[in-house]
Amino acid sequence: MFKHFIGLQWKSFFRSASFKTEIWFKILMALGALYFTLIFLSMGVGAYYIIEKAGIGDPLRVVNRFMIYYLAFDLVFRYMLQKMPVTNIKPMLYLPIKKSQVVNFSLGKTVISFFNVAHAFFFIPFSVVLLIEGYPPIQVIGWHLGMMALFYCNNFINIMVNNKDWAFYVFAGLFILAGASQYYAWFDITLYTQPIFDYLYDMPWSAIVPWVLLVALYFSAFTYFKKHMFLDGGLAQKQTEARTENLDWLNRFGNLGTFLKNDIKLIKRNKRSRTAVIMGFFFIFYGLLFFTSAIEVYDNAYWKIFAGIFVTGGFLFSFGQYVPSWDSSYYPLMMSQNIKYRDYLTSKWYLVIIATIISTILASFYVYFGWEAYAAVLVGAIYNVGINSYLVLWGGAYVKTPIELTSNKKAFGDKQAFNAKTLLLTLPKILLPIVIYAIGQILIGPVAGYLFVAAFGLLGFVFKERVFKMIENIYKKEKYKTLLAYKQK
Amino acid sequence: MITAHTLSKKYGEQTVLNIDHLEIPKGQSFGLVGNNGAGKTTLFSLLLDLIQPTSGHIINNGVQVDESEAWKPFTSAFIDESFLIGYLTPEEYFYFIGELRGRNKADVDALLEGYSDFFHGEILGQKKYLRDLSKGNQKKVGIVASFIGNPEVVILDEPFANLDPTTQIRLKGIIKDLAAKEDVTVLVSSHDLIHVTEVCERIVVLNKGEIVKDIHTSAETLKELEAFFAG
Repeated sequence: MFKHFIGLQWKSFFRSASFKTEIWFKILMALGALYFTLIFLSMGVGAYYIIEKAGIGDPLRVVNRFMIYYLAFDLVFRYMLQKMPVTNIKPMLYLPIKKSQVVNFSLGKTVISFFNVAHAFFFIPFSVVLLIEGYPPIQVIGWHLGMMALFYCNNFINIMVNNKDWAFYVFAGLFILAGASQYYAWFDITLYTQPIFDYLYDMPWSAIVPWVLLVALYFSAFTYFKKHMFLDGGLAQKQTEARTENLDWLNRFGNLGTFLKNDIKLIKRNKRSRTAVIMGFFFIFYGLLFFTSAIEVYDNAYWKIFAGIFVTGGFLFSFGQYVPSWDSSYYPLMMSQNIKYRDYLTSKWYLVIIATIISTILASFYVYFGWEAYAAVLVGAIYNVGINSYLVLWGGAYVKTPIELTSNKKAFGDKQAFNAKTLLLTLPKILLPIVIYAIGQILIGPVAGYLFVAAFGLLGFVFKERVFKMIENIYKKEKYKTLLAYKQK
Repeated sequence: MITAHTLSKKYGEQTVLNIDHLEIPKGQSFGLVGNNGAGKTTLFSLLLDLIQPTSGHIINNGVQVDESEAWKPFTSAFIDESFLIGYLTPEEYFYFIGELRGRNKADVDALLEGYSDFFHGEILGQKKYLRDLSKGNQKKVGIVASFIGNPEVVILDEPFANLDPTTQIRLKGIIKDLAAKEDVTVLVSSHDLIHVTEVCERIVVLNKGEIVKDIHTSAETLKELEAFFAG
């Protein structure tokens, strides 16, 4: 029976549309995977020596100290990205297969998912290094197995609480609170959690506890699933009560208002677009890395421009780069309705501009880090509005990835979105402003550098009509290809 | 109203549509029948400029559809779910289409009023997004939305499929009323020969992309079609 399941899985993987990419891309992907594997491996190996060199204590104890954050982050990460194993169960329901087998297979499948295996790249080399460094083998193995069980516990916890948004937000809130209070030395959660992880090492037999916990979680996940394996139960699409919203205040924008109303609903009512907006919001704080002098290499003006672009352009990058894919599920309607391309594009442009302005206002707190930081944010905003807003729309014409609005799949990028054209277009988005700044700074001084970038952004406004004409033509030229690509989910 | 000239669509070696000449006069109710893969949806997609013809072109009311967008204001269609916006409620969707076609809320409400029988109380005020409606109810929304804004050309692909018997009968009435208007050209495709002979004045049979029959509907048409498809 399992042979059948595995056969189906095999086919669904190798026959998926996304797998059928060009050969050079597969090679590139394999190289990328190799690269990341090496990075993780070297982190696993290097972590020990880095911590030892930093002289903050016994590396294993230090790792144990921060383990709670690692676990918590893992859980949040899983919640956002790990796909639930319920897909493809429906066709099995009426076949002569025992339900328990289907559930066992679906749960078993998650065990080998990337989200579990990835940790092995850290833990295995780390444990090997511990052994080489003369830590007692039994204790290291006990610790290692205990950790492994804990990450698998996360796997099954995630399966059970998935789609319970309130649980996620409460948990993520606590996690951030704990991190913040540790940073400001109000309350150190690690003082209480470190002993738990230490215990796994000090008393290796105690590793059995997480394993018992894991088995218990597996069985509760099993019963939970089995109980809910009905079309109107766990397999049903979650329905939220809909409320008709008018948003009449947008009517004053005429045709644009019509689209803006739709876009606001799009963002509010779909998981995928909400994630994009939340990501965009977090970009506002990305600048803290650059402006607080926290990281030495970032402590120069060029990186500040870079930061300014990202701080104010979070939404522009996370949402804007996927225009028009947001409308992919009803693109034929948009293309045959009484809609002018110009209106459609202009409304998206306004959306990006409005979001950039809001981000800029929210980012006002960078004033606290000195005028230069704030100037970088401001000119970044001007450049984003004046130049990058066009560039994302332009690049969007080549991004032919249909977006499934109701799921978070591929929320963190998709390989189809990376083609030669979009990659080329990122250069002027990020590098060009740095170059412009550098020219101004070297020729005259830092103030001139900022002014140059701002002037360049303002120049973008002047050419709005011509640029839009050009983008419109590109969209028209790509229309049929785009329609075809959106059909192939 | 609609003219196709030496229209063809090929995918590689395979010809999916090949129409030398087809003329649909204004106000006609035009039925398209054919087995799966006969080219019905291809023809409609070409009409809406959703795919590019391999050769030839279509003129809709003097506008060549793959050259200009000027056909959009007087043409409307419902082909499949990709014409619905899943995250809107039916009301919001109707108003959205209304706004695109220059109709305000009151206009749209007045139009919807006329279809309350057709909706059978399952569409308006249901607190559901379109993506959560059943296939049949989604179809009702799409069909009625294509009537908003007095279009001169209405294109419906398989409107009867997925509908319950009562709704099918009501839809027949609606399409007949629409076709009775002098200035509205209705294009309908269907697998149901009875329905299509009932609502259409003219029936064209497609087979492997070619027009094999072009019939002015009469009492014998149904028999003729049945004989053809029985093969």
